[in-house]
Amino acid sequence: MTPATTQPVVRIHDLHKSFGDREVLRGIDLTVAPGEVVCVIGPSGSGKSTLLRCVNLLEEPTAGSIEVLGAEVTDADVDIDRVRTHVGMVFQQFNLFAHLTVLENCTLAQRGVLRRSRAEAERVATANLERVGLADRAAAMPGQLSGGQQQRVAIARALSMDPRLMLFDEPTSALDPELVGDVLGVMRDLADAGMTMLVVTHEMAFAREVADRVVFMDDGVVVESGPPDQVIGAPLEERTRTFLQRVLDPTHRHPQD
Amino acid sequence: MTVDLTAPAGRARMSPRRRARLSRGVQYVVLLVVVAVVVVAADWSNVGETIFNPAAAADMLDRLPRAFYNTVRYTLAAFAVGLSLGTVLALMRLSSVAPYRWISTGYVEFFRGIPALLVVIAVGYAVPIAFGVALTSILAIAAIALGAVSAAYISETIRAGIQAVPRGQVEAARSLGMSHTRTMAQVVLPQAFRTVLPPLTNEVLLLTKDTSLLFVLGQTPAFFELTKVGRDALSTASGGLTGLFVVGACYLVITIPLGIVARRLERRTGGRA
Repeated sequence: MTPATTQPVVRIHDLHKSFGDREVLRGIDLTVAPGEVVCVIGPSGSGKSTLLRCVNLLEEPTAGSIEVLGAEVTDADVDIDRVRTHVGMVFQQFNLFAHLTVLENCTLAQRGVLRRSRAEAERVATANLERVGLADRAAAMPGQLSGGQQQRVAIARALSMDPRLMLFDEPTSALDPELVGDVLGVMRDLADAGMTMLVVTHEMAFAREVADRVVFMDDGVVVESGPPDQVIGAPLEERTRTFLQRVLDPTHRHPQD
Repeated sequence: MTVDLTAPAGRARMSPRRRARLSRGVQYVVLLVVVAVVVVAADWSNVGETIFNPAAAADMLDRLPRAFYNTVRYTLAAFAVGLSLGTVLALMRLSSVAPYRWISTGYVEFFRGIPALLVVIAVGYAVPIAFGVALTSILAIAAIALGAVSAAYISETIRAGIQAVPRGQVEAARSLGMSHTRTMAQVVLPQAFRTVLPPLTNEVLLLTKDTSLLFVLGQTPAFFELTKVGRDALSTASGGLTGLFVVGACYLVITIPLGIVARRLERRTGGRA
């Protein structure tokens, strides 16, 4: 279902990243095709968030190359701000601008970076807030919203830039369990609408149902990658099996413990 | 009372409630004694003559509004300079260009370390000699000298405010394609200023009092601020020290409301975080 022949949205080759002496990414290769939804799973500390943050250069790679929308972001002279306008990012901690209203959160970068008029920016923002079901909270301050609402606003804020790629960094990990569904619902709609998405998540059900491809990472390398039915349903690698067992069946003692 | 578990055997022990009551009683007695000593020791007829002399106070009345206005004006001018220069210094301190950081650090250490009075004298007398310019306006001297000193303190406050803005705010702004400068101006600084509003109010309060240092400059009556008027009253009027107490009250008229505002702001921002 994914057009593999077209130019990939993300092409990562032999990516390494170290924090001091600690090597967090140890040679990652990954491509994301247009319209593809790729979920990255793996134990904490496996480097999946770092991988995601390297894509829009929130982390500077130590070695290797990353191409995003045809631009080499690992080139020192890349206009990274320009690349970032086309790449939406959603954080675990929402990171809404605390001093601005919901609507202003969604219009700030549209007006400053894309140079849209106030009317145009507000029209786009309102449309995206409607899309995440929060148009009625446009005048609210972020602090007045629940975590789930904040995260949906964060998604609307990113979408207001008309991105061609969306990065999600554990978007539901900081939410109360009953609020997770709303956010995942918005993400599923987005995937259905054809958005290219790279999602770091612990939500196995989401990965299984929405992802075109699941990538399992451990200890800084990609251990296994393929369709969700294979990676989650019938993993080939022992490490993947161990991880899934712990995630899907956390109350059981495992013999290898 | 059933069993005393902690007292050493054979020794009666006061209950904590009784001990607290005794301690409060002692504190009240100390307070009363101090007040009594002050009341008895003071020479009240002299106090009325030389400290709270109504006639001498009335004598100053026509000069007070102008002086009050000047004090406020000098404060605001100095704060305007202090706030803008302080913001620039704070940004320099956090700059990735090392010499900027050195300059900022050196500036702060220098102006924090020398008395404001020296800076006022330097700007009032040394700068005109050094640069061949005549600074006739006390307002300009106040803005430059007191602004330069308060900028040192304000920059430290603002730097702390900037560093208190969560890193995620910057990451969110940058990932929307906003440049470093735009992120600073539209996301970080507005939030930093909100955090430092209470300490900044405090800074205005200190500046109000520091305008009294301008009395060392020779001035024409139109430029007199409160302390100058108070000091002049010392030598001209018969009311002794009354002049100083009158202008002291005037300072309180400015600073007490400011203090109340600062506390309000503190409560509000405290509740928000």
